[in-house]
Amino acid sequence: MLVLAVDTATPAVTAGVVELSGGTPTLLAVRVTVDARAHGELLTPHVRDALAAAGRALSDVDAVVCGVGPGPFTGLRAGMVTAAALGHALDRPVFPVCSLDAIAAAVPGEPLLVVTDARRKELYWATYDADGRRTSEPSVSVPTAIPLDRVNRVAGARIVDLGLPFTGPEHPGPVGLVAAADLTAEPGPLTPLYLRRPDAVEPGARKRVSPG
Amino acid sequence: MTIILGIESSCDETGVGLTRLNADGSIELLADEVASSVELHARFGGVVPEVASRAHLEAMVPTMRRAFEVSGLSLSDVDAVAVTCGPGLAGALLVGVSAAKAYALTLDVPLYGVNHLAGHVAADTLDHGGLPAPTLALLVSGGHSQLLRVDNLADGITEIGSTIDDAAGEAYDKVARVIGLPYPGGPPIDKAAQRGNPCAIAFPRGLTGPRDAKYDFSFSGLKTAVARWVETRERDGADVPVDDVAASFQEAVADVLTAKAVRAAVDLGIGTMVISGGVAANSRLKALAAERCAAAGIALRVPRPRLCTDNGAMISALGAHLVAAGVKPSSLDLSANPALPVATISV
Ligand SMILES: [Zn+2]
Repeated sequence: MLVLAVDTATPAVTAGVVELSGGTPTLLAVRVTVDARAHGELLTPHVRDALAAAGRALSDVDAVVCGVGPGPFTGLRAGMVTAAALGHALDRPVFPVCSLDAIAAAVPGEPLLVVTDARRKELYWATYDADGRRTSEPSVSVPTAIPLDRVNRVAGARIVDLGLPFTGPEHPGPVGLVAAADLTAEPGPLTPLYLRRPDAVEPGARKRVSPG
Repeated sequence: MTIILGIESSCDETGVGLTRLNADGSIELLADEVASSVELHARFGGVVPEVASRAHLEAMVPTMRRAFEVSGLSLSDVDAVAVTCGPGLAGALLVGVSAAKAYALTLDVPLYGVNHLAGHVAADTLDHGGLPAPTLALLVSGGHSQLLRVDNLADGITEIGSTIDDAAGEAYDKVARVIGLPYPGGPPIDKAAQRGNPCAIAFPRGLTGPRDAKYDFSFSGLKTAVARWVETRERDGADVPVDDVAASFQEAVADVLTAKAVRAAVDLGIGTMVISGGVAANSRLKALAAERCAAAGIALRVPRPRLCTDNGAMISALGAHLVAAGVKPSSLDLSANPALPVATISV
């Protein structure tokens, strides 16, 4: 089964082509650019180029896997709408994956904290047990509010020293995305993990324009 | 015969349009589906960019599916994709542009990143056919107030004037709030104005002095004048005559917009005027424009209200004009440009 994996939940713009056989994902080709402002510009060219490098056509793709965050909003949406449109145009299923799970899937075998940059001095995070199972809901908070008692390593964004050794990838990769997806189930809704409400305030009382 | 898919997401409407460019150059509308997030913004009194962007992501593929259902076409019939790449809200534009690129790549068809404002002008060609050259376009909505000289929809648009502060539709929203009418302010003010006296209050006409920029607009002073007038009444303990305020405000807006547009057309020797954008649905603006254009010997064209507000059909129509003119498509690394200048019709 040929799987196209995309993720734009971190500053990395990632598109990869993965062959999945007997439950084992094998990377055929990947294109990654780390640039938080280039998600909209580069993702589709990366999809095109990764497929070309893998020697496959879009019509060969059997499924699309898409990281749904958590991630800073604008870039995340570029990846998600791209995946949704590819799925629609190809008439193939699109499987949502928590982007933190995709990072964790690349680091099996030990209790793990995965963090990514949420900006505003906060981190998106989730914890995993030694079997790679997520043991907390994906959350957003300041670094000091993250519980570290049941983990011994950190994967993901190396932007804050949490007093634990770093391991594994900084961004979700295609193999991690495919490994974290359950391609045998019906795909769930393609809903972003925003974790924050939009910044918007309802207007209060009308401001007076007259002096006094 | 060419089928063009058009995608619009610059503000709070997710629009998908399908048109057919015929061999004789005529453009036929086949689908025009719009999902609006306007109710989500109502309690904030204006469009909240993050709320709009979230809604675009949710609505994009469902709106696309509806457009194909309505038209009876299938995705494989599409020969080109056109998408608004600016001007507009950055996060909102990004959703449409990203979707358009994915469709263009998958369908293996050319992609055209196009200008939203030129799209508003192109909308009229769906109702009234090709535009004579030159045409004067007055674009009025919550986001724009512009006078454009249109020589050619593929590569010849020049800005003659624009607002130096608020857009006309923005002034409607703010005044509606001052007199206790709902958001968006255009329709309720228009309705209240029908019952009011447009001469009841002499509100100022911005930028109409002898030394002011002839073709530019300003609505900020008008908005403030309305607020001040209402506050004075309230302070004096008098009732606010909402209908008269609405009618007098609307008269000031329509007067300035039509006076400047007609003057520009006469000065530049342009015989056709198109009015488009959400405010083009305003009854007083249309009536006054018809009256003044007739007096000046100018042919007036206003697309049906549905095509005046933001939609994907106008973007599809503009795409059709670009295809017909043989304009070079955009590259697949196209990105959104929130500040795209109006003279840049496609990128
Ligand atoms: Zn518009």
